[in-house]
Amino acid sequence: MFFRKIALAGAFALMGSTAMAACAFQNEVPVKSLSAGFEAWKAVTDAMAECGNFSAELDQEFKTKQPEAFAARPSLYQIGGVANETIVPLVNAGTIRPLDDLVAKYGQNLQPGQLIKIDGQTMAIAMMVNTQHLMYRKDILDELGIAVPTTYDELLAAAEQIKASGKVEYPLGGTYKAGWNLAQDFVNMFMGSGQPLVNDDGTANVNNETGVTTLEMMKALSAYMDPEFLGADSTVVQQQFQQGRIAMANFWASRGSAMDDPAESQVVGKVAGAPTPSIVDGGAPATTLWWDGIVIARNISDEEADAAFRVAMEGLDSEMVAANNDDAVWLIQGYQPGAMAQAAIATASTNPPPVSYPSTTAQGLMHGAIGSQAAAFFTGDKSAEDTLAAIEAEYATAAAEAGIVN
Amino acid sequence: MRTRTFAWFVAPSVAMMLVFIAFPLVSVLVQSFTLTQPVIESVTVETCTPSFVGQNCIQETRRQPVLDENGAIVTQTRFVGLDNYATLVEPGRALASLGSLNLDGLLAIDFWRALRFTLYFTLITLPLILVVGLGLALAVNNVTRAVRGPVIFVTLLPFIITPVIGALAIRWLFVGDGILTRLLEHWSGRDIFMFAQAWTIELLMMFYRVWHVAPFAFVIFYAGLQGVNKDAVEAALIDGASRLQRLRYIVIPHLMPLIVFVALIHLMDAYRVFEEVIGFRSEAYVISLQYLTYDLLMPDNTGNRAINRASASSMLTMIGIVILLIPLLRHTWRQHRETR
Repeated sequence: MFFRKIALAGAFALMGSTAMAACAFQNEVPVKSLSAGFEAWKAVTDAMAECGNFSAELDQEFKTKQPEAFAARPSLYQIGGVANETIVPLVNAGTIRPLDDLVAKYGQNLQPGQLIKIDGQTMAIAMMVNTQHLMYRKDILDELGIAVPTTYDELLAAAEQIKASGKVEYPLGGTYKAGWNLAQDFVNMFMGSGQPLVNDDGTANVNNETGVTTLEMMKALSAYMDPEFLGADSTVVQQQFQQGRIAMANFWASRGSAMDDPAESQVVGKVAGAPTPSIVDGGAPATTLWWDGIVIARNISDEEADAAFRVAMEGLDSEMVAANNDDAVWLIQGYQPGAMAQAAIATASTNPPPVSYPSTTAQGLMHGAIGSQAAAFFTGDKSAEDTLAAIEAEYATAAAEAGIVN
Repeated sequence: MRTRTFAWFVAPSVAMMLVFIAFPLVSVLVQSFTLTQPVIESVTVETCTPSFVGQNCIQETRRQPVLDENGAIVTQTRFVGLDNYATLVEPGRALASLGSLNLDGLLAIDFWRALRFTLYFTLITLPLILVVGLGLALAVNNVTRAVRGPVIFVTLLPFIITPVIGALAIRWLFVGDGILTRLLEHWSGRDIFMFAQAWTIELLMMFYRVWHVAPFAFVIFYAGLQGVNKDAVEAALIDGASRLQRLRYIVIPHLMPLIVFVALIHLMDAYRVFEEVIGFRSEAYVISLQYLTYDLLMPDNTGNRAINRASASSMLTMIGIVILLIPLLRHTWRQHRETR
């Protein structure tokens, strides 16, 4: 009996994955994909599965597997899901193929903005953009008569006002978890000043006045955060918002729809979005632009690449967007931005615009160095100058080991 | 047993030890003295990324590895002596800080910061585990036989929990809005943040480790207590020895080999403290040597990993364990010689 049930369940599962629902062609070549596991990827890979002979691996640790898996001959996956940072090891190792031929053949519905070009060649097809922009409790700001902050100084003043009103004990949230998250916030703030973190010659550009301003502004913000902020990742900040414990945060657009999820959120309809404040008056928003998209492996046959690209195009079509409109800020035709997404789009379209997060090995090393060293400033162990010197030294060591500076 | 037969019996075990322990160890040792780098070239390219108003195209300098004719990254490996170790330990800076009695300066170096916590953690939890384990064993040994089974079962539960899961559970109990924190706040009437400063985190880590490992010590000691010579205890009773005296002169000497055994195992385990750092998200405040190795070894999002420095760090961890174990091993060796 038991085994019968299992067998039945298995049969249904198989039917599910090979069902031809809304795919324009029937795929005969087995295609596999490896990507991150958030909502947007689930939507896209489900749409790809409609073509048949497709299996998706959604794994938040995809970035540790992908370089090795794509370097195998033949590659273990035909399709990869990547973002600004994670495309770097694949480009460096030459394990993904230029897509210009395939775009000409099957990419009629792509928007020009979706093509990620490196040295003139299309190396990836972007499906969505992501950025950290200001989210705030509209009800609280309205009640206190606070205008939506456009600079970080205004944000601090607003936080002080909210705290004084006693509405929320800790008005600000921030993804300040030591490591990647804290470093990302540092990068946003630093690059918002218009300077790069790594010079053209590969040396660090962090131990300077901008670095000090960045750290000090972050510390000033952290004074309005729950004191355990050095353990707060995106999920923690999302919950703080949902449970009404914070009033403002510069937060990932991809998490925006969670604020209005009645199953989790106690503040449905109360959280609004606005462009990221700038660090200098009239400057660019202090944030970076991210994209997520697909790449096709090099170490596979041309037939496989052909099939993989067609399947991917089916996953990135208007039909998928229509069914999953609010899961991401899509770049795909037919997308209707919701209220929260409009804040992300407004952030991206300000003048001067925020910078794209740099897709380079050096930036990855710098991000790692900030992540491991910056926390000492917030715990009070090191001064801003010592912290920046430690970041610079850690970067120099790592960059020399990686061979990118001498 | 004939030598040939003996050899056949141990061969599988020796082979496994070689493949899974000895060879990797040699490989790590070799890597800790070398540096493997890709050959890098600088190219200026135009990259275009999406935005809502067309595309952002910028000229950027990319440092990327050179590929050979087969499309593989060209790497070169060279012998660097103790360079990886020096990068980690920073002997010059460490000695200068020590010379001026500037402990903060020493602890500003990640390796020393990690070593400081690892040593505190190991040496403070060791006596606590021995005492709690022995106390539990004596207590259970004295309860009536009828309830002994259930008591042993309950006492063992913490040991069964997977360490990472246990650490996460403790974090969720004590985090800012966890139930135990709320309870403490209710009692004390003030806000409590257990994860917002180093010392409370360290305290929780040690509490967790003692809670988790004491049952192991308990089981071993409890088994040992079953073999205590009853005649000796009775004789001591007749001579008027107090409970404490019986414990000191009969029970503890009897348990000594087991105490040494538990201490050995615990030193080895505690020096590799890792789960607590991850589970408690303590990277900002407290790191351990094992975490340092892990942090160096894990690739960042652009695929860089400091594998040679990680090898050096892992060799240093091993050397640390060996140094800690020497007194106990010498003790065991002396006893071994005496009993022969």
